[in-house]
Amino acid sequence: MSRFRNPYRKWKSRVLLSLLGLGALAAVFPLVMILLHLVREGWSALNLAFFTETQKPVGELGGGMAHSILGTLGLVGLASGIGIPLGLASGVYLSEYGGTGQRSGERLAGWVRFALELFSSTPSILIGVFVYGLVVVPMKHFSLLAGALALALILIPLVARTSEELLRLVPGSLREAGLALGIPRWKVILHIVLGSARPAVLASLVLAVARIAGETAPLVFTSFGSPSFVKGITEPTSALPLQIYTYAISPFEEWHRMAWAGALLLVALVLILNAVMRVLSHGLGGGAHE
Amino acid sequence: MSKPQIELETRGLEAYFGDHRALHGISLQAEKFKLLALIGPSGCGKSTFIRCLNRLHEETPGAWAQGEVLLEGEPIYGKGVDPVSIRRKIGMVFQRPNPFPMMSIYENVASGLLLAGVKSRKELDPLVERSLKQAALWDEVKDQLKKPGTRLSGGQQQRLCIARALAVSPPVLLMDEPTSALDPISTARIEELLVELKKSVTVIMVTHNMQQAARISDQTAFFLMGEMVESGATEQIFTNPKDARTEQYITGRFG
Amino acid sequence: MERQIDSEIRELKELILTMGGCVEKAIEEATQALILREPKRFAQVFEQEAKINELHIKVDETCVRIIARQGPLAADLRWIIASIKINTDLERMGDQAVNIAHNGARYLTEPPLKPLIDLPRMASEVRQMVRGCLDSFVRKDLILAEEVLSRDDVVDGYKNEIFDELRNYMIKDPLSVERSLNLILIARNLERIGDHATNISEDVIYALTGQDIRHGHVSLDEVHAQAGIPVGEHS
Repeated sequence: MSRFRNPYRKWKSRVLLSLLGLGALAAVFPLVMILLHLVREGWSALNLAFFTETQKPVGELGGGMAHSILGTLGLVGLASGIGIPLGLASGVYLSEYGGTGQRSGERLAGWVRFALELFSSTPSILIGVFVYGLVVVPMKHFSLLAGALALALILIPLVARTSEELLRLVPGSLREAGLALGIPRWKVILHIVLGSARPAVLASLVLAVARIAGETAPLVFTSFGSPSFVKGITEPTSALPLQIYTYAISPFEEWHRMAWAGALLLVALVLILNAVMRVLSHGLGGGAHE
Repeated sequence: MSKPQIELETRGLEAYFGDHRALHGISLQAEKFKLLALIGPSGCGKSTFIRCLNRLHEETPGAWAQGEVLLEGEPIYGKGVDPVSIRRKIGMVFQRPNPFPMMSIYENVASGLLLAGVKSRKELDPLVERSLKQAALWDEVKDQLKKPGTRLSGGQQQRLCIARALAVSPPVLLMDEPTSALDPISTARIEELLVELKKSVTVIMVTHNMQQAARISDQTAFFLMGEMVESGATEQIFTNPKDARTEQYITGRFG
Repeated sequence: MERQIDSEIRELKELILTMGGCVEKAIEEATQALILREPKRFAQVFEQEAKINELHIKVDETCVRIIARQGPLAADLRWIIASIKINTDLERMGDQAVNIAHNGARYLTEPPLKPLIDLPRMASEVRQMVRGCLDSFVRKDLILAEEVLSRDDVVDGYKNEIFDELRNYMIKDPLSVERSLNLILIARNLERIGDHATNISEDVIYALTGQDIRHGHVSLDEVHAQAGIPVGEHS
């Protein structure tokens, strides 16, 4: 019986598992520290005024980030409205009709993929510059529209890529089963393919939206920022990241606190969106079993 | 003695993957309310053949077919014929059970009808019940129709897929090795339901299992390397086949 | 590629051939003992019969085993089924040989009734039928099997002649009745052996062609047509 004993192995296993645990903690630790720091610095400035007032002229006390919150909501909303349908459509097209992009009928898919990859690897500030030249210059001023467009250009490749991958994960046998029932191809794609990938696709959309909510650089040359509520879709607008920057580089102590508060709000927003994503992917059945 | 009624017939059917010819001029008849078994070694073209019968073959990129296929005398290939409407009359059950994962048992069975626009419970309920009964699954799931389709065992899932295919009332049902992924008891259950089902639906079944073909089919056709070598009454094929290749295959002397 | 079923079928064939050999020997010893008036030879018949009975059981067991485990189909299936039937016919032949021995032993207790002429010829014909049907089995020879069938009429002819002749003896001389009856019984035994030989031939034809020619169900012409042999090549 004694040849089955190996105390050395058990000990080695314990040591390595502990090291792994420590590594995980080490990764999480800075995030926790950042969060704690944000709360410590910004919590005091999260008052009613913060949520209702806009930037006061230099020298005056008080103010808030109401206009930035609204601006971010508007920018993200419009960008999603443009970007999600286009991104999903590209993702569906590439997954259902794109194949590997090598056969003759798939040339268009090859180009689409190339364009999407190009955009996704472009630095976001250059996307902003691109939209500046395309929209801001002809319009002769900065606008929410331009900002939303820039964000949409970041959103589309993101959504397209993840939705394509998620749709490809749907087994071909489900498509065949749908077709074999005499269901037209577009309905198979819409109801069966998208249907079975729905939880995962929704979750990925939420993640993508969270991602663009925090983008700053592309907004610099497009929506530009503003001290007050946006007056129309063709007017410049503030956004949380922009406003954080404005308040942070100012010499005013009070504005610094509001910058922290803004950062905290942004992080909270991302955290909430992540939580929503988790609920969505678990609550809706989470895909196929066995 | 009455002439046998032919439900589905092929004449000179050829199937291609690009330039490669996978089926060479197959001419075969399936009699109404009988079960036709297709046997043959792996890669001989049996699955390609039945996928041409419901025009699923051409959904593979680069795949195409030519020749005649007639359902109740009407050609299913040709100008102006809509593959989608053909597939409503020629159903298919696959080798691995593939119930739709995000749907309940009820929704799975009704999916063909739901996605064709039938929405009312009054119309759907009796059809769902009838299909599940035909698939010998009703008694086991009648109290759990809202359960997700994927929570069933393998054998039950396959019967669910059979019920799903039957719900749209196709006159012909194609089956591609429907029991090869299942255990012997589930296999036996499905064979029993097929023996009953073939009284009201014409069944064409691909199988690797010779004993299965011998047990439940009325007609058998032997495929080899894209050709149909021999076809005839099952009893004759298994006791006294005409072609030496058929004899060699069914006695297991090659393959 | 030799499969397990091939070696099992070969084993089965050997058992049947061995059994056939015992049957042939039993018939020979029984008839020679009678013709040459050597009653001691009858003992050999009983020896063979013991072997035949043992093989009778073994053959059936082997067939059941092959069917249960191998699931034979097509020609394999037909040969197994034929083997089961041939087994029965061979065992019956053995029984008839034993009957010949009993009847012959009784006949030999008295002086010869008459010179035996037709009986030896009949015995010879029957022995050839037995040999023929076993050969057709082992060589899978359709023509040979058909030849055996045609000899059945000859054997029947001998039987009828023997019956007629001995009937006359019995009418003329009451003291000859005992011996005449024994000879009649022996003729009947030989005729039954011939019938069993034709049964075996019919089973061989079924195994070879899948056609059942018993009771005129399928004619030999049809068999030839299906097998591609020109009509008229059977006698």
